[in-house]
Amino acid sequence: MSLVSLKGVSIRMGGHLALSKVDFAIDRGEIVTVVGPNGSGKSTLMRTIIGAIRPTEGTVTPARGLRIGYVPQRLHIEPPLPMNVRRFLSLPRRVSDREAQAALEQVEATGLDNRPMAGLSGGQFQRVLLARALLTRPDLLILDEATQGLDQQGSAAFYRLIEQLRQELGCAVLMVSHELHVVMAASDRVICLNGHVCCEGAPEHVASAPQYRALFGTGTGGALALYRHEHNHSHDAHCDHGHGPAPDPDHDHDHREAS
Amino acid sequence: MLLDDFLVRAALAGLGVALAAAPLGCLVVWRRMAYFGDATAHAAVLGVALALGFGLSVFTGVLVVALAMALTVSALSGRGQAMDTMLGVLAHSAIAVGLVAVSFLHGVRLDLMAYLFGDILAVGKADLAVIWGGAALVLVLVVWRWQALLTATLSPDLAYASGLDPKREQMVLTVALALVVAVAIKVVGALLIAAMLIVPAAAARPFAATPERMAVMAAVIGGVSALGGLQMSLIFDTPTGPSIVCVAAAIFALSSLAGAIRRTV
Repeated sequence: MSLVSLKGVSIRMGGHLALSKVDFAIDRGEIVTVVGPNGSGKSTLMRTIIGAIRPTEGTVTPARGLRIGYVPQRLHIEPPLPMNVRRFLSLPRRVSDREAQAALEQVEATGLDNRPMAGLSGGQFQRVLLARALLTRPDLLILDEATQGLDQQGSAAFYRLIEQLRQELGCAVLMVSHELHVVMAASDRVICLNGHVCCEGAPEHVASAPQYRALFGTGTGGALALYRHEHNHSHDAHCDHGHGPAPDPDHDHDHREAS
Repeated sequence: MLLDDFLVRAALAGLGVALAAAPLGCLVVWRRMAYFGDATAHAAVLGVALALGFGLSVFTGVLVVALAMALTVSALSGRGQAMDTMLGVLAHSAIAVGLVAVSFLHGVRLDLMAYLFGDILAVGKADLAVIWGGAALVLVLVVWRWQALLTATLSPDLAYASGLDPKREQMVLTVALALVVAVAIKVVGALLIAAMLIVPAAAARPFAATPERMAVMAAVIGGVSALGGLQMSLIFDTPTGPSIVCVAAAIFALSSLAGAIRRTV
């Protein structure tokens, strides 16, 4: 039984087809990464899964009693709204001080309780968002480009943290990312999205799929090689139909072998 | 009996409105709905005209029209026109239509000023019951939905992910706002209801670290303003509703100043 499954989901927003016939499912404990260029419908897909957008066509079926921990791409807190970290953690479910403390320890952000949210650094803010998501005791943790605004080291640390949390908590993780070289290693499955599902499969499969290359170029290949230890498996990522021209392939052949 | 004194009744009426307006006013400020409050409050004039024309109680008339206005604004938001433009159109149209409607009411003796600026000194025991009943209802509603309202205010997506419906919370807020308008018209009048919502909340902001503390402080500031304004109108023989708002504005000025000083030190 999947935690949530989408069947033939199409979403039309203001006359523009943001998603077209997307099938998707995620199982308990799985880590799935969604990659795709800007405007490919990644955030739309996440917002559909949390129920913020109703599909124009198709169905979204969450498992009974599914608890979602959502870490949004951005969270702007209006200046008139006073909100310190401790209070934020108690939304929407009030949590005890002990629970709050434990969650902050889990994300390595202790001692921030009384700080206003608006005064946190980018990395602290993301960790607090993650702590709040964990306090909902999620079956499914959704991270929408959660490392935006973090430097490379910061985002690498953030993803290590998520992998570690998955092991501790056993929740499924669904994340959206641009930072393929960091993310892909931790994923069980990668979905390449460009308005529709271009291809999906194990990270290595997707990285070598022509559809993926068409979208992202081969520039990230070097960085990906870091994680490709074995090359003796078959590259049978199941991919569908053809594609338009590749939007701005990344021709930066900067091989980040050392990390 | 205590309630036989018109000053006691006025004070209690002011406190009742301040108490209900405080948490709601905070939500209005946080959600950037100040003009929304204005539009709903201005619609009250039309409510008064209709109530008198059809022989309903003013409370009922104002409640119905304020609710209709609030629902209209909610429904129209996010379509075409920018929100502030649309609220500007609706708020001022509502008051204009209300004033025109009032002019048709021949044979009804109507003290328009009382509805525009309030007539707190004329609050009777029945009015007091309506004010406190309405205020209690608003408080129950807001406290009951507080966590959900706060989550939806922070981010509709966070609310959706937690299985809440931000649209439903918006509806709760809309109903509560219409209720406050209906109970406050007697106290501060249609033109200044929005002030009772926004000024105490804004004055509380510099000294609050959490939403709850801001709401409590706004209630205290609103209460002090009501009593201070009443006192002021007795001493200087000034209109009571505007006097209440003047005291609130003075507190806001002091609080902003203190906040600015604290930030620089």
